[in-house]
Amino acid sequence: MKIVLKNVTYEYGNNGGDSGNRKKALDNVNITVNEGDFIGLIGRTGSGKSTLIQHLNGLLKATSGRIEVDGKNIYDEDYKLVELRKKVGLVFQYPEYQLFEETVLKDVEFGPKNLGIEGDELEKTAKEALEATGLDEKFYSASPFELSGGQKRRVAIAGILAMRPKVMILDEPTAGLDPGGRNEILGLIKKLHDEQKITIILVSHSMEDVAEYVSRLIVMEDGRVKYDSTPREVFKNIKELEKSGLAAPEVSYIMSELKQAGLEVKAEAITIEEAKNEILSALRKK
Amino acid sequence: MLRDITIGQYYSVDSIIHRLDPRIKIIGSIIYIISLFVVGKWQGYLVAAFFLMIMIKLSKVPFKYMVKGLKSIVMIMMITVIFNLFLTKGDALVTLGPLKITMQGVQVAINMAVRLVLLVLGSSLMTYTTTPNALTDGLERVFAPLKVIKVPVNDMAMMMSIALRFIPILMDETDKIIKAQQARGADFETGSFMKRAKAMVPILIPLFVSAFKRANDLAMAMEARCYRGGDGRTRMRPLKYKKRDYVAWVILITYLIGMIILGQILRSI
Repeated sequence: MKIVLKNVTYEYGNNGGDSGNRKKALDNVNITVNEGDFIGLIGRTGSGKSTLIQHLNGLLKATSGRIEVDGKNIYDEDYKLVELRKKVGLVFQYPEYQLFEETVLKDVEFGPKNLGIEGDELEKTAKEALEATGLDEKFYSASPFELSGGQKRRVAIAGILAMRPKVMILDEPTAGLDPGGRNEILGLIKKLHDEQKITIILVSHSMEDVAEYVSRLIVMEDGRVKYDSTPREVFKNIKELEKSGLAAPEVSYIMSELKQAGLEVKAEAITIEEAKNEILSALRKK
Repeated sequence: MLRDITIGQYYSVDSIIHRLDPRIKIIGSIIYIISLFVVGKWQGYLVAAFFLMIMIKLSKVPFKYMVKGLKSIVMIMMITVIFNLFLTKGDALVTLGPLKITMQGVQVAINMAVRLVLLVLGSSLMTYTTTPNALTDGLERVFAPLKVIKVPVNDMAMMMSIALRFIPILMDETDKIIKAQQARGADFETGSFMKRAKAMVPILIPLFVSAFKRANDLAMAMEARCYRGGDGRTRMRPLKYKKRDYVAWVILITYLIGMIILGQILRSI
């Protein structure tokens, strides 16, 4: 499944939308999301990330421009947005606030039920999704409000997963979790991408996380796409990134300091693993 | 869609009306409402409307914006007009089976509609020009005498300011939850009335959960800062009358007396 954004602009007004004080949350955005991508989306607060991802499943409608999913314009009169929402799953920030059912299982069933799945198939779908998130089976009949933060988040992700999306967008899925919970959720996302071949778009504030997991990195600034490339290419522009309120992963700072201090390393390493290998081989050469 | 509700909101510009002491604006609104009832004829409403127009002009709140707030009372207005139109006794103008529209009915209906519009415009001018904080400060002072009969005025003012403060937060929250459930395929727009009512459950439960959580957090934060009820609390900016406020008092009282006299004259002719 392929999503193409063509010159997408989104404006919003305040004070009742007088044309004088309208702001552009998205300004002429062109992005192509290919099947199997693992995209990281970064940018400072207010750069348009959240607005952008809400366009991808039709929750917001662009002021101008078009979005094509598998060649079909989603703004066409006869296009069914429910179909789109089935294919593009969106996990909002702090998704645990959307839980409402009596039991975990019922809550996960909410999505597929809305898509018209019924009976045994419904329960099977929900259980599969919960299994994929690695939540212990004893919690299935518990109330979602009794779970811990990390567990709630898994349930919320399972709620989207149960709709069997082809593309999954996650808005800061690790916000507010402890380091253990973070790694679990990120590991889960990677597993979904590798094993279930789900296209992933990950919105994040952690340069380490995107350096570690994603294969393509999109940087937003003031509603525009500033960079769209591999993390390694993007992080070469440290100075520019810092100007837009971002940074490179911490290891790349260490590596460039080491290089200045005379150690023969390439300053390109962006993950801890790469940095370790780089440093070890440089030390062995000595 | 939730953002379209403009009634009861603050409109931020700097004007002489905005700078007035909130007590005057509160009592002024009450006086204005009373004045609408002491003059029962169209000549009186004309004067009241003229007075309100000057106030709106002075407040710098765009007239278009004020009128938008009226949308929410259209239903109430229609009901009032229809009831008065058909149920007032008098000389029949048109007869539709058992129902008849009377000359007096038309008069009463028009008077009622005009009175309602002026009433809502007048009181919304107060909320447009007074920040929620100033409004509660003002209410607390205006109703302070009620403390004598053990009305917890301070606590009520605190509750009101918290409630007002939470309106935009809860609206944002509702918006977010609606979107999150839509992303899970929820459909709020189609289906029978029952189906749509049921569709509200996935919005209301998370909304209540988060509202309670917020209330809890807020209570904790207030206790952490030693809040122990309103008695003996001092203010950072105590309300104080300035010259313009005294001028406003004079204008208001003149207006009220004028309207009472006008009402008497209109009644005698």
